[in-house]
Amino acid sequence: MKDALGAVQSVLVVGGGSDIGLATVRKLVDRRCRTVVLAGRDREGLEAAAKELRARPEAPVVDVVHFDANDVASHQRFVDEVFDAHPDLDLTLIAFGVLGQQPEAERDAGKALQIVTTNYVGAVSVMIPIANRLREQGHGTLVVLSSVAGERARRSNFVYGSSKAGLDAFSQGLADSLVGSGANVLVVRPGFVRSKMTEGLKPAPMSTTPDGVADAITAGIASGATTVWAPGALRWFMAVLRHLPRVVFRRLPI
Amino acid sequence: MSPDPPDPAADPQPSLLTGWGRTAPTAARLLHPAGDDDIAGTVARTGERGTISRGLGRSYGDAAQNAGGDVLDITGVRGIRRLDLDQGIVTAYAGTSLDELMHRLVPMGWFVPVTPGTRFVTVGGAIAADIHGKNHHYEGSFCNHVISLTLQTASGERLVVGPHDHADAFWATAGGMGLTGVVIDATFRLIPIETSYVRADTERAADLEDLMSRMEAHDDQYRYSVAWIDCLAKGKALGRSVLTRSDHATIAELPGPKQRNPLAFHPRVPFKAPPWAPRGLVNPWSIRAFNEVWFRKAPRDQRGAIHSIASFWPLDLVEGWNRLYGSTGFLQYQFVVPFGEEAAMRHAIERLSSAGAASFLAVLKRFGPSNPAPLSFPAPGWTLALDIPAGSPRLAALLDDLDDVVVEAGGRVYLAKDSRLRPELLPRMYPRLDEWREIRAKLDPDRVFQSDLARRLNL
Repeated sequence: MKDALGAVQSVLVVGGGSDIGLATVRKLVDRRCRTVVLAGRDREGLEAAAKELRARPEAPVVDVVHFDANDVASHQRFVDEVFDAHPDLDLTLIAFGVLGQQPEAERDAGKALQIVTTNYVGAVSVMIPIANRLREQGHGTLVVLSSVAGERARRSNFVYGSSKAGLDAFSQGLADSLVGSGANVLVVRPGFVRSKMTEGLKPAPMSTTPDGVADAITAGIASGATTVWAPGALRWFMAVLRHLPRVVFRRLPI
Repeated sequence: MSPDPPDPAADPQPSLLTGWGRTAPTAARLLHPAGDDDIAGTVARTGERGTISRGLGRSYGDAAQNAGGDVLDITGVRGIRRLDLDQGIVTAYAGTSLDELMHRLVPMGWFVPVTPGTRFVTVGGAIAADIHGKNHHYEGSFCNHVISLTLQTASGERLVVGPHDHADAFWATAGGMGLTGVVIDATFRLIPIETSYVRADTERAADLEDLMSRMEAHDDQYRYSVAWIDCLAKGKALGRSVLTRSDHATIAELPGPKQRNPLAFHPRVPFKAPPWAPRGLVNPWSIRAFNEVWFRKAPRDQRGAIHSIASFWPLDLVEGWNRLYGSTGFLQYQFVVPFGEEAAMRHAIERLSSAGAASFLAVLKRFGPSNPAPLSFPAPGWTLALDIPAGSPRLAALLDDLDDVVVEAGGRVYLAKDSRLRPELLPRMYPRLDEWREIRAKLDPDRVFQSDLARRLNL
């Protein structure tokens, strides 16, 4: 159960190999979290992460489960199996996603669909059964990794951005539908995160680290926030950017 | 009984519930059994997420919440079943509040054996938390006064248990946080009183040592004793406090006009907190100002003052005072350390003071002997209780550190107040936990009785 100060006792990371996901789990284990489920495709990578977590002094129980965002037919069963094995999951973190290659994706529908299917379709498909289980258990927080890229489509990565815009909108609506159920949704909008996903890319202004995003997530859980930005100042930066005239916005080097 | 009982078969929408501290809400089906006959059926229909009784919701944390399951609002099962005015023994339904009992009993010259900081708790809650009051050093906690109680168990059986009959089940229920079954009613001894007034001695203590030595020297001469302590005072003034000790006043001690109606009992709730308060209203500055005034307005040394007994519950003057902490809520930290561990108490107060962990009305008290209940909180020693806004910075780490200090000193925290303890510390704080678990396993092998507290602490 989540305690009065926002510390959780169990967490499921869907996309368990994500740098942000693991950074968040480490912070949760530092406090009360003793049950961790890492779900993803890269079995080896997840096992290595599980090994590292189990070696911590708090010795959490870490499970590794197979999850493929694109295999939507398997999602209901995946959710049932994880929640049956671990009743009372206090926190579920939707951390999977692909950045893709924008220049290819904007000319190749197949490439664009890969991004959209994973980031949006896959997420919707797994979040609905998760939300159902949270309603049944009467509590639980669903944390969704959105992106500032979804706040306004940018010339340089609008395929990815549109997938996150869809995910973000879906998550906000889901949050409203869960009011009164005991469950809640936290939408996280990181800026440029220096991680595996962005290796080799030039950091955008106001970039952050997986650790920085993890701090924003744990603070958001404790305060009961519905949306957090990482870093926090991006909220105001994006508020301005969103309202720039298109002709100006299009020419910005971002 | 409530006038218009809702249909028990109806499947209500989930209700969001919190404890008094208004933190960590979860949703449960809130059921309202209309009478004691209704309870067995309600328990029998419980789903796999279980059920838990809830009274007036004064536990600070998650003791009366049950996410995804049922919560039995027991306040509809109320009233006095039997009253023996010669012996001073009452049998009351579990949902009866101490406030209601006092309104009935005080004019007849009887008082409830134990009252906590509020009158608005139920008899069932008083048993589930084995509550204590200002007279613990003198006559123990609530369950010390219980002769018997009726327990609706998970199997559908109705057991009458007491300290001499089914003693295991009785003491597991005392302080058992509702996890052994539903208390239907309880029979307990009352205190005879001549008046509804107390004769109080009030003194200011300059610091913690001064306070503790005053309490050690003279507490046993009073039925009631409690010290309000300024947790923001530092350095030489650390632990400065106002010690108030009292006894029920006799008619002869009352001033003339009051003698004509010595048992008058009309406590009022004159103020009501607004439905909403900004998050930062309760902050270190407002609390510092409050504490300063509270300390300065207290008499340095006043003997034999006659107060209405309602002065026992200053917080009951403001209905819904918990809302003043705003949407982030607050928590109460209460622990006890054994006699001889005064250094641990001092260390804890120093830590709270230097962290500026602010509190209105932090209270310090000496406990007397404990009772046989494995999960009962009071134990011989010093107890400190304080409210802290949940949004205070670095609060989680501070309280985790204090837990370690308390455990090292052989102390414990109070489950009725807890909302954030590390589960691994529970067996060290309550060394008889396994004994309690064995009795609970016999009474409720399938864990029909469940709560967020039980899940969080793995009770």
